[in-house]
Amino acid sequence: MTLLDFARGPALQWSVTIFIVGVLWRLLGVFLLRTRKDLSEPRKPAAWKGLKLIALRSWPRREFLEGTAFGEVMGYAFHVGFLMALFFFAPHVLFFADISRGLLGTDLRGLVGFGWPTLPNGIITLVSAVSVAALVAVLIHRFVNPVKRLISNFDDYFSWFVTIAPLVTGMVAFSHLAGWPYERLLAVHLLSVELLLVWFPFGKLMHAFTIFAARGATGMIFERRGASL
Amino acid sequence: MTETTHTRRPEPLEFDKPRVSIAKPEYRFDMQGEMPEAERVERAMKSFVKDFGRTAAIYMESCIHCGMCAEACHFYEVTKDPKYTPIWKLEPFKQAYKREYGPFAVIYRALNLKRRVTVEELQEWQQLIYDSCTVCGRCSLMCPMGIDIATLVSQARHGMFNAGLIPHELWAVTERARLEGSPLGATPKVFKDRLEWLADDHEVEIPVDKADADVLCTMSSIEIMKYPDSVVATARIMNHLGVNWTFRLDGYEATNFGLLAGNAAAQKQLTMKLIDAAVACGAKTLILPECGHAYTALRWMGANMYGEPLPFRVLHIAEFLAEQVHEGKLRLKKVPKSVTFHDPCQVVRRGGAIEAPRDVLKALGVELREMHPTKGTNWCCGGGGGVVANHRADDLRYKVFRIKMEQIEKTQAELPVTTCANCRQTFDDGQAHFKWDVKMHSLLELVADNLIEDER
Repeated sequence: MTLLDFARGPALQWSVTIFIVGVLWRLLGVFLLRTRKDLSEPRKPAAWKGLKLIALRSWPRREFLEGTAFGEVMGYAFHVGFLMALFFFAPHVLFFADISRGLLGTDLRGLVGFGWPTLPNGIITLVSAVSVAALVAVLIHRFVNPVKRLISNFDDYFSWFVTIAPLVTGMVAFSHLAGWPYERLLAVHLLSVELLLVWFPFGKLMHAFTIFAARGATGMIFERRGASL
Repeated sequence: MTETTHTRRPEPLEFDKPRVSIAKPEYRFDMQGEMPEAERVERAMKSFVKDFGRTAAIYMESCIHCGMCAEACHFYEVTKDPKYTPIWKLEPFKQAYKREYGPFAVIYRALNLKRRVTVEELQEWQQLIYDSCTVCGRCSLMCPMGIDIATLVSQARHGMFNAGLIPHELWAVTERARLEGSPLGATPKVFKDRLEWLADDHEVEIPVDKADADVLCTMSSIEIMKYPDSVVATARIMNHLGVNWTFRLDGYEATNFGLLAGNAAAQKQLTMKLIDAAVACGAKTLILPECGHAYTALRWMGANMYGEPLPFRVLHIAEFLAEQVHEGKLRLKKVPKSVTFHDPCQVVRRGGAIEAPRDVLKALGVELREMHPTKGTNWCCGGGGGVVANHRADDLRYKVFRIKMEQIEKTQAELPVTTCANCRQTFDDGQAHFKWDVKMHSLLELVADNLIEDER
């Protein structure tokens, strides 16, 4: 079995399994906890059901912008770059189509009802580079900012590593850099993605799911009170 | 739960002396009761997770350590000390959650990935949880994950209380409230005597212990002991409106130090007194005084303590006044002055009564000059959450108070007004400390002073 066979075969299956089971375990472990009904008389019904705060908190209030602009801009830069590269790079779309056919017996068009668009390689390279640069910037910021340095732990640094690794290995594989055979570069790229999947349920990457739950829960409570969102 | 309290060094309680006379205290932590260290930690963690429901667990799972909450905290703003980062104030509790309670607790324990919290850490964190957090919730507005950090701090205070690790003064005033009915000595007898004296002195009728009343009025101990004009103002306004109202000696004290200290049993006891008094006289409305945390304790937590929806409405006095203005029942003389309004965090930011005090000010015809920032993002005075009662926090609180001074001075308003006696006390103390020539005023008293009497 070559490294690529391993990365495409058992490593992929195991990492996806750990990802799915781990994410479900962590979410169920929280969502199955009891919750008490709030018996206070609401100032007004929570008409937005927490959705308003989910949307509003996507950008800080004007009053808070001065101290947080760097984190917000860098955060958006690497998230958007990462997601664009993940979902709109042509080989990734083909990869997802393969998986879709293998698992569900239908291609992406059958699954989502429309053809999945792709972006030109040049744009993907650009957004990936922006994403990597932003990730490096946030790491430096984590080292030099006294607040972030104090509150950081292993999870912060390792989550950073497993996030930047697929971007870097992907760019290296695409550019055929490092002087390695393409199959080996691709295998390393796949393994880096699998590392991300394995770590995902255990660390702070889970905020991809919990962010909506946390904002929504606070939104519901605050809306009932008519409190500031 | 405990009958003794120890400080690391002797620290007299000096509630009745002017606050500026307090000598600068050394850093200290306080402990109540005698118990092995391991038991303290166990108690802290157990009671922290005891009330853990879905929402608190979601919060615990969601922090990404972005540190942005620091930017919203007044204690960080004035010191730039990273230990005042709001989420850091919960660090031992976050660690305990992961190790003892989270979905992967088994793994964390088995591999010792999160070590046990020590009593020394809890002692160190006492200052962060009590002295440098007013539970104002400004950080909760900042958090990009939407975590309500202030609620988690309150929950951590439950743990600290059960471990016998709360500041001396907060423990003492809560005990006094639990045993005597008031944290500042406004016992039923004292309150009754005061009401009689105020009624005579101000020639105002103050009904007490009516068997049937539509409205039950309550006061805070700060008002009863320090700002008795607020008691008179309440009576004047109620009489002016022709309301069938009363004070009751079995439920008049809205201050709830149980909430601030983290003593859930005391909180419930104090809350139930008010609820029982309102039920006893068949009140349709219970009016809370100018007190921020009293509003949180009864308006938003009261029914949950009672176990069912309250059989009466709960209104902050500013909400009641605004309602009377809207209904055309409360007519006020115009006050030709510029006013700036200090938003009490628990009433406005977290309580939702954002426009009510402003509507009353509008009815008074003042020129309202808003601070910057204002309303939901206004800065806390620094005295909430029990901080003003906690002497060892004085120096830090004065630093924070400078933010308010600057905010108010920038408006150049003639009259600063608020609707929380605790904020007012913090302002009075800050005014004395800095020899500042600005005096905070009560919205309630401003209304009482400007009633149009002859139309009734």
